Amino acid sequence: MWLVTLYRSTIGKKSIMAVTGLVLVAFVIVHMAGNLQVFLGPAKMNGYSAFLKSTGELLWLVRLGLLTALVLHVLMAWQLTRVAAAARPHDYARRDARASTVASRTMRWGGVLLLAFIVFHLLHFTTGTLFPTASRPDAVYPAFSEHDVYGNVVSAFHNPWVVAVYVVAMLFLLLHLFHGAWSSVRTLGLSKPSPQPLHRRIATVVAIVVWLGFTAVPVAVLLGVVR
Amino acid sequence: MNLTLRVWRQAQSDVAGALVEYQAIDVNPDMSFLEMLDVVNERLISAGDVPIAFDHDCREGICGSCGMMINGVAHGPMKGTATCQLHMRSFRDGDIVVIEPWRARAFPVIKDLVVNRSALDRIIQAGGFISTPTGGAPDGNTMPIARQASDSAMDAAACIGCGACVAACPNASASLFTGAKISHLGLLPQGQPERYRRALKMVAQMDLESFGGCSLFGECQEACPKEISIDVIARMNRDFLVAAVAASEERSGGDEG
Repeated sequence: MWLVTLYRSTIGKKSIMAVTGLVLVAFVIVHMAGNLQVFLGPAKMNGYSAFLKSTGELLWLVRLGLLTALVLHVLMAWQLTRVAAAARPHDYARRDARASTVASRTMRWGGVLLLAFIVFHLLHFTTGTLFPTASRPDAVYPAFSEHDVYGNVVSAFHNPWVVAVYVVAMLFLLLHLFHGAWSSVRTLGLSKPSPQPLHRRIATVVAIVVWLGFTAVPVAVLLGVVR
Repeated sequence: MNLTLRVWRQAQSDVAGALVEYQAIDVNPDMSFLEMLDVVNERLISAGDVPIAFDHDCREGICGSCGMMINGVAHGPMKGTATCQLHMRSFRDGDIVVIEPWRARAFPVIKDLVVNRSALDRIIQAGGFISTPTGGAPDGNTMPIARQASDSAMDAAACIGCGACVAACPNASASLFTGAKISHLGLLPQGQPERYRRALKMVAQMDLESFGGCSLFGECQEACPKEISIDVIARMNRDFLVAAVAASEERSGGDEG
């Protein structure tokens, strides 16, 4: 069975990471584009949210697919990290980084931070469990409501600490995508030979656009552009 | 010029080692790095000490024996250069130079700076060959090969198997080495019959030798004395993935090798 061949080799494991990573890249692009509707007003944003929820089973199918991709992505990363650690039991007294980027060197612990952020984010905006104003009936801003996504966004991002968490998390997403969006294509052998193999135009654009799009929303709310 | 060396000394593979400080006095800037070590060793021998063991053979950058980690950089500060071709003019008077052996589980230290790189030979044995009828040398140009393919194959074939890619890789991965060998044969018509079987077998052996996986840090191509591009890794992965997915077809095609 070819999946077993893949699972048994480091290249196969990395390829599973690459495919699931590309699925997640596609997801964050769509997610980011959806978020930008906050600039079009509550009717548009809440209408989009109602539309997504009206798809019923299809929505759960997509959620299941994304969850599977995420679990496989993290599992493969964990296994490959262990293989890499075992491959050099005695480290150098000194080893200089000459070609690797900050992005590539922060993939592992930056990935752990992103995973923690995803858990927080789901408890924050999807379930409302960790919504700061939810337990405060006297709060100026409205409490969490499943049907008022726009209200949730505006309410949540009036808290500068919440904005700080999202802004920092998106910086790590920027780094993760800068390396991941490029290396996943290369890992799958889909790249053409290049005289500058470390250069990455498309991945740079994807990383910056996703970062700008995601960061714009909390910052705009905090600055009072979206109210 | 005078230098302070901090050299890894380890009597044999199963005993602990340590960095030991030596003074390299009156070093001529035109010496190669290995000649500088020769001079240090001459002094050690006349003082009755055990000389520093390091691997070397051709001293002209083609045998791949002389790899060592110099100030945290595989083969030292000069790009596209093996240790033997590195000259002391790349250093300044009074520099402290840390010299360590390649560090990887697959490259056990034999003594001091000498490591056992047999793992790379076993990857070659697993599939880094072609089986073609031999005989008299064929006439030139009887087999048309695209210029692009022959140039790329030659670039990959420049690999001298020194192990600098493994040494420089944060994961201690042998992907650049294995990718170079798979590419140099896989790009040429003579390498086609075993192309996919070769990718499967060499990658399996690479994993078996407990090298790490590739994270595309890019450190290997920077460290490679032959400046082999990480493009060979993309090619290896492509051949491996095609072979893995079409594995059943390959087997029914008959496995003589």
